[in-house]
Amino acid sequence: MSAVAAGVRDGMVITKRNLIKIKRVPDLLVFTTIQPIMFVLLFAYVFGGAIAVENGNYREFLMAGIFAQTLGFGSTITATGLADDMQKGMVDRFRSLPMSRAAVLIGRTTSDLLGNVIVVIVMSLCGLVVGWRIHNGFAKAVAAYALLLLFAYSLSWISALIGLSVRSVEVANNAGFLWVFPLTFIANTFVPLKTLPKFLQVIAEWSPVTCVVSAARDLFGNSDGGRPTGNFATTHPAYMSLIWSFTILAVFIPLAVRKYKKSTAR
Amino acid sequence: MPDAIVAAGLVKHYGSVKALDGLDLLVPEGTIMALLGPNGAGKTTAVRVLTTLLPADSGEATVAGFDVRRDGARLREVIGLSGQYAAVDENLTGFENLDMVGRLYQLGRTKARARATELLERFDLVESANRPAKTYSGGMRRRLDLAGSLVGEPKVLFLDEPTTGLDPRSRMEMWEVIGELVRGGTTLLLTTQYLEEADRLADRIAVIDRGKVIALGTADELKSQLGGERLEVTVSTDAEVPLAVDVLRGVGLAEPKSEGYSRAVSVAVSGGPPVLIEALRQLDEVGVKVVDVGIHRPTLDDVFLSLTGRDTTEGEQA
Repeated sequence: MSAVAAGVRDGMVITKRNLIKIKRVPDLLVFTTIQPIMFVLLFAYVFGGAIAVENGNYREFLMAGIFAQTLGFGSTITATGLADDMQKGMVDRFRSLPMSRAAVLIGRTTSDLLGNVIVVIVMSLCGLVVGWRIHNGFAKAVAAYALLLLFAYSLSWISALIGLSVRSVEVANNAGFLWVFPLTFIANTFVPLKTLPKFLQVIAEWSPVTCVVSAARDLFGNSDGGRPTGNFATTHPAYMSLIWSFTILAVFIPLAVRKYKKSTAR
Repeated sequence: MPDAIVAAGLVKHYGSVKALDGLDLLVPEGTIMALLGPNGAGKTTAVRVLTTLLPADSGEATVAGFDVRRDGARLREVIGLSGQYAAVDENLTGFENLDMVGRLYQLGRTKARARATELLERFDLVESANRPAKTYSGGMRRRLDLAGSLVGEPKVLFLDEPTTGLDPRSRMEMWEVIGELVRGGTTLLLTTQYLEEADRLADRIAVIDRGKVIALGTADELKSQLGGERLEVTVSTDAEVPLAVDVLRGVGLAEPKSEGYSRAVSVAVSGGPPVLIEALRQLDEVGVKVVDVGIHRPTLDDVFLSLTGRDTTEGEQA
């Protein structure tokens, strides 16, 4: 059997195990969905009046940004989940079994992806309530969700590497947020690119978060606040977003698997 | 008899700390070896190297004929490991834990379930099979963890401090379970810091300190290294202690030792009960009143302390 097939087969066993945890500890899911609802409501009503958006309204502009920000923050769950498995000796047990060396990571990122699907559904419903609308039809909306979830999945693998590199759940939690904060805020997540100071705007234009948010806004038919044009990232954000996600996966899957092979509780 | 575990010159550093310092070990197939040593002696590191969790810096090792470095994948198919901390998933039930491990041993759905049910029965966990493991007591968790290490019917089983942290009753239960299990012919490597545990479970004991084996043998062999029997006499008054020392010097093999505060005098002897009777007769002759008397073989504690040279009082035999 090929390494990939073995990884998927054992990865499914681990995914099932992780999903049982969500079932047994439902508070986890409740809190991961309350937070995005809170964000939608806070930003929609607090910033909604303060930020003007070219060719549209702020609430519509906001939703794609909130999706990306929530999924970005949510990727830290991958790190804490793995750090927890390390701390409790589960990784040692798994590593002593004749199973695929990628399975624990595949299982973790897959169950986190499924969790993200639930989060996105809850947020979308909440967005519809506060006035967000999809204007370009079902197929394009599905494409937008797919780009967002693919991006979140790629961040999960970065997070996986962090989770395996730190020694405790607490550190994993803090270390996880350290990079996600600037990543999601130096972008067009909450404000149009034009409003950023020049030097930040250059960084933000190429940011993977900006690319996926712009692509999602275009596909949902929401305003992107008069995006400047002129480079590949701003002209073709969907393609750039795909390039980003697959590049991250290509770099971080091997790094995380290599780290896993050497990971041990002490 | 072929050796199930062969280790030669294993060295492992953690930074500047030498966890393994040229560890050699041979465990014949179907036997039980205990690695006995204090915390930090390198026991767990040895297990981690042998189960492929950790690469050694240098040295060679094979388990069931598979090289830990080159044949890791096949090696893992024939071993079972139960670590120092019961590695059970708290959110899964006992059944789900074992079923998962079975699937990961590639048993397939039907066989994994059957094996889980069988092991739950064997380890007396049937009643709690469908409760999440977080509701289990410490002893139950250890049993579940041990059951997990047996799912793949391993040829070689590694138990890293299987009873550390358990209350005396759970420890006795674990000993019974482990005792039964090895009657089936599995090779077992067990680490422990409890001398009693090594004495009770193992065929042979490797005393390990600072990363290497410093003594090896059966419990009896290790004990006899200390010079066999000691005759110990406790007298009723301080004044009688010197008299008793004189008498014991006559019947013993070496200079008697006296511990003033307890009025006990002891000496190495050979010959058993007749020596004891002779000593008592002579003590009676000089008018010494004996409160307590006996012939003792050294305990594994004595062995351990004299070998590691730590925590022993000045003047004890080397």
